[in-house]
Amino acid sequence: MADVTFTVDGKKLTAPAGTLLIDACKAVGIEIPAFCYYPGLSLQAACRMCVVRIEKMPKLQTACTTTVAEGMVVQTETDEIKQARKATIELLLGNHPLDCPVCDAGGECELQDMTFKYGAAESKYVEIKQHREEQQWSPVVFFDRPRCILCYRCVRVCGEGMDVWALGIQNRGVSAVIAPNGQDHLECEECGMCIDICPVGALTSGTYRYKTRPWEMTHVATICTHCGDGCKTTLGTRRSNDGMEIVRGDNRDKSGINGDFLCIKGRYAFDFANRTERLTKPLVRQADGQFKEASWSEAIDFAAKRLREIRESKGGQAIGVIGSNRTTNEENYLLQKFARTVLGTNNIDHHRTVDYVSFAAALAGKSERTASLRDTANAPAILLLGNDPTEQHPALAWNLRSNVRLNRARIYIANHAEIKLRRQAKQFLEIPKDGYASLVQYLAGNDSVVAANEQTAAFRDAIRKEESLLIIFGSEFRGRDIQALVEFGLSLPNTKFVLLGDYANSRGAADMGLLPDTLPGYVPVASAAHFADEYGAVLPQNAGLDLLQMFDAAQSGNLAALYVVGSNPVTRYGVDPAVLKNTFVIVQDMFLTETAQLADVVFPAANLYEKAGTVTNTYGDIQLVKKAADKAGVRSDFELIVRLADRMGADLKKLVPFGRGVRADMGQTRGAQSGEADRHSVWLAAHGLEPKLSPFDPFATLDEIQRLVPSYSFSRLELLAGSDQHAKSELVQISAAPARRDLVLPSQDTLFTSGTLGRYSDKLKEVLDSHTTPKPVEAAAD
Amino acid sequence: MSTPATTIFSPETAARFDRLVTLYPVRRSALIPMLLYAQDEVGYISDEVVKEVAQRIGITELDVRNVLSYYSMLRTKPAGKYNIQVCTNISCMLRGGYEILEHCKQRLGIGHKEVTPDGQFSLEEVECIGACCWAPAIQVNYDFYDELTPEKMDAVLEEYKTGRGKETR
Repeated sequence: MADVTFTVDGKKLTAPAGTLLIDACKAVGIEIPAFCYYPGLSLQAACRMCVVRIEKMPKLQTACTTTVAEGMVVQTETDEIKQARKATIELLLGNHPLDCPVCDAGGECELQDMTFKYGAAESKYVEIKQHREEQQWSPVVFFDRPRCILCYRCVRVCGEGMDVWALGIQNRGVSAVIAPNGQDHLECEECGMCIDICPVGALTSGTYRYKTRPWEMTHVATICTHCGDGCKTTLGTRRSNDGMEIVRGDNRDKSGINGDFLCIKGRYAFDFANRTERLTKPLVRQADGQFKEASWSEAIDFAAKRLREIRESKGGQAIGVIGSNRTTNEENYLLQKFARTVLGTNNIDHHRTVDYVSFAAALAGKSERTASLRDTANAPAILLLGNDPTEQHPALAWNLRSNVRLNRARIYIANHAEIKLRRQAKQFLEIPKDGYASLVQYLAGNDSVVAANEQTAAFRDAIRKEESLLIIFGSEFRGRDIQALVEFGLSLPNTKFVLLGDYANSRGAADMGLLPDTLPGYVPVASAAHFADEYGAVLPQNAGLDLLQMFDAAQSGNLAALYVVGSNPVTRYGVDPAVLKNTFVIVQDMFLTETAQLADVVFPAANLYEKAGTVTNTYGDIQLVKKAADKAGVRSDFELIVRLADRMGADLKKLVPFGRGVRADMGQTRGAQSGEADRHSVWLAAHGLEPKLSPFDPFATLDEIQRLVPSYSFSRLELLAGSDQHAKSELVQISAAPARRDLVLPSQDTLFTSGTLGRYSDKLKEVLDSHTTPKPVEAAAD
Repeated sequence: MSTPATTIFSPETAARFDRLVTLYPVRRSALIPMLLYAQDEVGYISDEVVKEVAQRIGITELDVRNVLSYYSMLRTKPAGKYNIQVCTNISCMLRGGYEILEHCKQRLGIGHKEVTPDGQFSLEEVECIGACCWAPAIQVNYDFYDELTPEKMDAVLEEYKTGRGKETR
């Protein structure tokens, strides 16, 4: 819309017509206070805090509902306005308890700030405040009625933002109260957005409430360890007896790729880190078959010695390596380098949740064809094939809903189930579970493959009319089906693609070559020349065993050793424990998982919140992982791989190219308060002394990744500044994909599960139980 | 957003509801009239009423409860057979509305929004019922009695007690 010029507090401003006055002012640094106004949600005008004086208008006007107009003259902070706001606060405080010192929101409460600013702590009201008891609405949501100022933010974010509509307002006037849909409890997606958005301490979180004060925490923005969306979550941590403990996850600074969204997992499911049964000492299996705690050097020596013996006696092909979907890119890269150069094997794989290799092959050489998570929030038209983002990619679902609501995006969905997002879809097509490939053929113009009818025809016509289309698809597509889908998409103008994989770094695991047939960047193992040059080693040329073949080999006695990093294949693939009885198994994990129970050596590993590095979400957005928490007794997978390699006699300078040039983690990536070593290096840096470079520095490995993997040639400066960097898929040097075995095993996770890791989250378990067990019927007292 | 297969309402009311939802530009506009008619038939807004009304309009039960709890003339508990509604707004107040209310409380032995143990009477203090010219006024279900005094009030109560009162529900 055309620009209009208006005056605010004597300043001449220009903004597009139709802009809300409150937003126009904010854009130039004039703050107008508001409780009920929230960007992106519908207008409420309930709180009356944003009143301003506009010339030629009879009364004070609400800046949150007034659009700017040509020649408008506005005052935002006069004595009259101050008096009005003070009176508003006085009314809000009529029933609000003034017990800020014991309130959970004390120190980060908008009402507290405004009372402080306008000085309305004194009141003319002498009536007794209405008190009501606090209520628990769900395992994660508590409601303290007297603190509520009825701004309706929670009601709107739950309804409009989440499309859950679990909160309402009941009664009226002074008795009005926020009410949950289950009358005394919530039936919802437990995302916690209502708590996050609450300007006061009325809605509080089951994990965080009354544990600490906001100013006692250190806040570190890092990437969520759960699904493939890669949301930024800001972890509030606090010093505990054995390190730094996470007490809260949120994203109030909105600095991340996910804006202000987080689902239950990003917000609450960090509690696995604090589980008491977490491993903190290495375990070595004794002759009697029992685990015994061992020192780090004993355990590493023991594992390295056995690996070396096996490598020397049976060769690398007798060793298998299984990597993780949740470790960093640097760790994944290092693991494959360790496997290929130190162990001398291509027997390396991970739990594949989608077929990234075929996707990369289908898009080889095509630039600007993959979309960022950000694009899903503003693409004009989206075709969603398969998957259920509400359950499996909550941030994507949030973006799609917001996109429809705010930009009137057109969403076309074809699915074998009636997924919830169909409520936002312009057209929804229910297809058979095995009908995705034929649907693509039909969309491409082949009428005979589906039972075409008016609905399918309208669906196809609408899609083909779109001038710009974002195609998002799930694990329903593999191999040739991906190829066919991409070919169809490329026949339309301006198409971008997203393949939805399941975990925090599933994409990174594939990108970094945790595969038996490809090196990092999907380079086939047979053409590994420049890798061999860089590594200064001879690399195995033949494709190795995939994950299932490794277990087959173990069964037939041909796999002498198996090294498992952050994965639980025994449960995931239903492996019979007897299969591994003659295999030397090393496991790195947080817990004694079903796989770890079969191991000969178990190393206690750090989780993604306790290390630094990068991860790549399923869209190809590469983001910085910062160390937020700390746990005495655990080591990062990176450190463990390096130490194992060291004891096997590898040249560490070759494995991790540290110490070449100036590159060091001086603590900035890990949070200044996260440990003694970090503060030491901050002190060194502050005094102009050269920081200590070590083979444990993952950023040295990132240097090597950026040299060898062209699609990861992003700006390091932007990455360190906290921006997301999109992988350049056009730079993937992949030849047409040969027919590959389909090993995709979707995780089938829901909003409340997260693979093996999710089972160790008490909060997820509690929520899951509350959703699956019916509420007990109240028994009569007798 | 559909007509349920089985309904808790009489065929006449169900038919009326089928029509009501088509009368307005948006279906949820039918909510308040539906609740009023449902209350007349069922006696109060039960959980079953909330459920079926929500289903008929295509909104959540929470939406129904939000509106239901806002309006004082919608009740979620059964009233007595005869619901005495005493107006205490300005005209009635000036002409003795509170006296009438107090009188009813004593005679019936119940307070505001309470029901007599035999279920015959319930009492309510209400806002203006539009009978200001003949204040003080009361309503018994849908029947009006005006220019009341405590004595006249006794007569009205006596008539209903003995079963001679006007049936308007």
